[in-house]
Amino acid sequence: MNRMHRMSGLSAAMLATTMVLAACGAGGRDDDDDGGGDGGSTVGVTDDTITVGAHFPLTGVAAPGYSEIPTGAQAYFDFVNAAGGVHGRTIDYVVKDDAYNPTNTSKVTNELVLKDEIFAMVGGLGTPTHSAVVDFLNEEGVPDLFVSSGSLQWGDAVDDRPVTFGWQPDYEIEGKIIGQYVAENMPDAKVGLFLQDDDFGADAEKGVRQFLDEQVVEVQRYTSGNTDVGPQISALQASGADLVLAFTTPSHTALSQLVSLKLGFKPQWYVSNVGSDPDLVGSLLTRFSEGDVEGSSGSLDGVLTTQYIPGVDAPDNPWVQLWQKVWDEYGEDGPLTNYRIYGMSHAYAFVQALQAAGEDLTREGLVEAVEGFAEDAPGPQLAPYRYSADSHLGISGLQVVRIEKGVGEPLTPVLTSDIGDTEITEDTSGQADDAPPESGIPE
Amino acid sequence: MRGRARRWASVTLVRHLTVAVLGVVAVTFVLTAVSDFRAIQLTEMAYLGTAAAGLTVLTGLNGQISLGHGALMALGAYTTALLLPDREASTPLLLVVLLAVLVTVAAGVVVGVAAARLHGPYLAGATLALAVAVPGIALHFESRLGGEQGLPVAPPEVPGWALDAGYFLTGEDPTRTKFIAYVAWLTLIVTFLLLANLSRSRVGRRWRAVRDDEVAAELAGIDLARARVSAFVVSAAAAGAGGAMLALAVRLAAPGSFTLVLSLTLLTAVVLGGLGSLTGALLGAGLLTFLPQVVTDVGTDAGLSDIQAAQLSPLVYGVVMVVVVLLAPRGLMGTVHDLVVRRRRPAPPPPPDSPHPPSRAGAVSTTTKGTTP
Amino acid sequence: MQLLNTALGGLTLGMVYAAFALALVMIWRSTRIVNFAQAPMAMMTTFIALSVIEAGHSYWLGFAAALVSGVVLGAVLERVVVRPVEGGSDINAVILTLGLFVVLHALAGVIFGNRFRSFPAPFGVRGFEVGDRTIGLTGFGVFTILVVLVVMALLVALFRFTDLGLRMRAAAFDQEVARLLGVRVGRMLTLGWALASLVGSLSGLLIAGGNLVHPAYMDSVVVFGFVAAVLGGLDSPTGAVVGGLLLGLSLSFVSGYVGSQLVPLAALGVLMLVLLLRPGGLMGQAPTRRV
Repeated sequence: MNRMHRMSGLSAAMLATTMVLAACGAGGRDDDDDGGGDGGSTVGVTDDTITVGAHFPLTGVAAPGYSEIPTGAQAYFDFVNAAGGVHGRTIDYVVKDDAYNPTNTSKVTNELVLKDEIFAMVGGLGTPTHSAVVDFLNEEGVPDLFVSSGSLQWGDAVDDRPVTFGWQPDYEIEGKIIGQYVAENMPDAKVGLFLQDDDFGADAEKGVRQFLDEQVVEVQRYTSGNTDVGPQISALQASGADLVLAFTTPSHTALSQLVSLKLGFKPQWYVSNVGSDPDLVGSLLTRFSEGDVEGSSGSLDGVLTTQYIPGVDAPDNPWVQLWQKVWDEYGEDGPLTNYRIYGMSHAYAFVQALQAAGEDLTREGLVEAVEGFAEDAPGPQLAPYRYSADSHLGISGLQVVRIEKGVGEPLTPVLTSDIGDTEITEDTSGQADDAPPESGIPE
Repeated sequence: MRGRARRWASVTLVRHLTVAVLGVVAVTFVLTAVSDFRAIQLTEMAYLGTAAAGLTVLTGLNGQISLGHGALMALGAYTTALLLPDREASTPLLLVVLLAVLVTVAAGVVVGVAAARLHGPYLAGATLALAVAVPGIALHFESRLGGEQGLPVAPPEVPGWALDAGYFLTGEDPTRTKFIAYVAWLTLIVTFLLLANLSRSRVGRRWRAVRDDEVAAELAGIDLARARVSAFVVSAAAAGAGGAMLALAVRLAAPGSFTLVLSLTLLTAVVLGGLGSLTGALLGAGLLTFLPQVVTDVGTDAGLSDIQAAQLSPLVYGVVMVVVVLLAPRGLMGTVHDLVVRRRRPAPPPPPDSPHPPSRAGAVSTTTKGTTP
Repeated sequence: MQLLNTALGGLTLGMVYAAFALALVMIWRSTRIVNFAQAPMAMMTTFIALSVIEAGHSYWLGFAAALVSGVVLGAVLERVVVRPVEGGSDINAVILTLGLFVVLHALAGVIFGNRFRSFPAPFGVRGFEVGDRTIGLTGFGVFTILVVLVVMALLVALFRFTDLGLRMRAAAFDQEVARLLGVRVGRMLTLGWALASLVGSLSGLLIAGGNLVHPAYMDSVVVFGFVAAVLGGLDSPTGAVVGGLLLGLSLSFVSGYVGSQLVPLAALGVLMLVLLLRPGGLMGQAPTRRV
């Protein structure tokens, strides 16, 4: 009897001790860090630093390619910091890995917002991943800028998500633009769709079907956790599709190409810009077949894709020259790649926003600054931004290109559109002809 | 005789209730003092602990190894997500949790009946297959179950009475994060209370009898199948409750939360703490929630890259699990219990004629000193 | 056409599961333990092969490196880690091998990184052309099938026709008696694990060929290999191959015609069916019940 009392007393003590020990590192109650009481929230901002953060798949199936984006952004931030920062504040960029798993995204975002106390999230990557945290960020009022994904939900419902902004052209207009191109140039093609099984694929399908509804003969989906795409490609082959529009991440582009080789399936491919980097896909493919399939110079030859910022295949473009310079001075090991350029491009946009928000930096001020981005704000993008108080969708257009020996040969001029029924028109703003400022830092 | 037995039983209940109340007090104390971020971590400890408690009862008291408790947590989480899809959902939280538990119990009956016929590695393998199969179902029926993106969970607003109570106790309104933390810890305490009572009752004794010697148990009139299934069902209920809390804490029910790693993590927590020990399950859950950060920091200080350092904590768990099985198979609480017992009475010398089988490391199932609390 | 391709895919896949199941069967026969860590062991050796290949050497050198490291890994693990729990309670052995699973997984993450890397497949990744059609069988697929058949034949020959095999079987059947008869039981157990690990490494290489590898790439094989082994009977190497083939084919059909996400569920279904109807597997002996 005594022993039982003692054991339960012991366990009660252990229970209490466990809890107290666990909370020991807490450091007391958190003060609401509101800083400038009347101007707005200045969490994450001090007199000489701004802390921003993002979640990226640094490991996992989506890591090839995407894990390079934050390295580009970091290099550009280092470049800006070396020149004195923005209004005297240097940018502190915290990146956390979520392995493209929405549960992890939720966890690391909690850390970023509650522990690291970031001022804003810049470029959080992934449609399924960021969806898991977008409501939380909006509730907490953390500016959620330039999400690295083309889903519509970052910009089409400003009332529900007032602090979230997209950046790249959304998947629906991408679908519309390629859909229209196919309808005009390949009206007899039997079209198969190969889609990622989430908003990425769903938004793209919506855009494509506006023009190609009657031409679609087969739709297949994959989940990013599953690397076996044999059944889907088999089904596409069986349907007789001779043009496949693939909205896939780089790993799955490589896998689908490989399986198609195995099955002898040779349609005309279109691959979404998120997964069509020839160098990356090529490097994945070369190894598979022990050189049977050539590297970047041959891997995606003849494949159609779209483009909205200049890439490494255009080394004479003044923006690319700027990126190369920044990478050479501040980048880590490895060459400049299109993913790193993506990172630098949206880092550039963020610095523009910081400049516009002024010295008295608050979260609310930052959001207003982005909404007020002039349509012709200079930047590497080929088409103008669409930001306003009613829309937080980003770049408004793209160019259809065909990949030849790793270089994208333009097939159309820059075409712009918007979600829904908006027509597709040729861009006349001259955005594509912008050159970067001398210093490389926005004014 | 009868009167004494009844008194004894009620003493157990009273004792457990006292511990529970003390627990609630301790929880309130701690949760009011910590930051929101720490509260989220404590919530994680709570839901892992709830599920681990179920698992430790199943594996420690009844001898059935389950690697599929992650899948059962998934059932609880998805039920919660289906009932709380957005802010407008009107189902009261208590009902949501009860329904999640009910669904998991139903599944537990099915799995338990199938599992009752299996032993040892076969049972482990079958539950492993379950752990891998269940997320696949959510992925397949992606229109109803959200696919890879998962189903968002909208935790309910803090109810008025909780706001008032919180304000009364602490001087400020509890945030939703803290409210969920309270809910999770309350669920844990209730689960522990129920499990502790069950394990001290006749049901628990039957479970242990089945674990130790099937033949003798059957001869004594115990229905093997019923004992096994009941143990499974009870542990499934705990897992379901844990899953519901997970859904509320992460605000998402997605297949990515319920990987094989989760089931292995639960098993690690249980082994570390000591099979059969509820306190051990809680300790194990605590270690698993708070140790990763410590280990990762050690790793980055030692010069590893961020990503490598992140791999360090599962490495440490695995090593600890192996070491514990080899050297201290009774786990933390078991070893403590042994030390306490050994100090009180030295081991009697073995009778001269009985054969001594060479002691083998392990043999968890042969000691029948009863469960440690 | 799709039917043929699905069947061929299932055949190739089935052979791989058969190889893995063979490894599990070998360990079961020699030490009565189900080695849940077999998959990460194979994954580690495949990564070693990949390091060799990335350093510029030929595929076959990497192949050999994987097999050799498999033997070493199996022997070392058995001697150092597993020996203490052999003959003890089931739970401990299961927990131990699961602990090894976690350790090896994490170790691979630390040493080799978590990136997805592609792994070469010799003999070509294009399907064979028959007439003007391409069938879903590649050179590498044929290689896979042949290698597994050869290995199975070798193992059967080892156990049935050699003295060493007899000694290994004796050590597995009854350690005390075998010891009395002069069999070095400890050595036999280590050898059993080493051979099993060799076969496991082979299956790891075969799965990796033409695919993306990363520390978790063999995880699903743990389940499928286990199901295949149980399906054929944990005691029978031939059963392992038969089980592997059956499982590979059925899973391929489920994947192609029902949905690839339901494959693990189908595997679970197959497992439960076998365990409940024929607990000893298709070709094994049902365990007798001691009363």
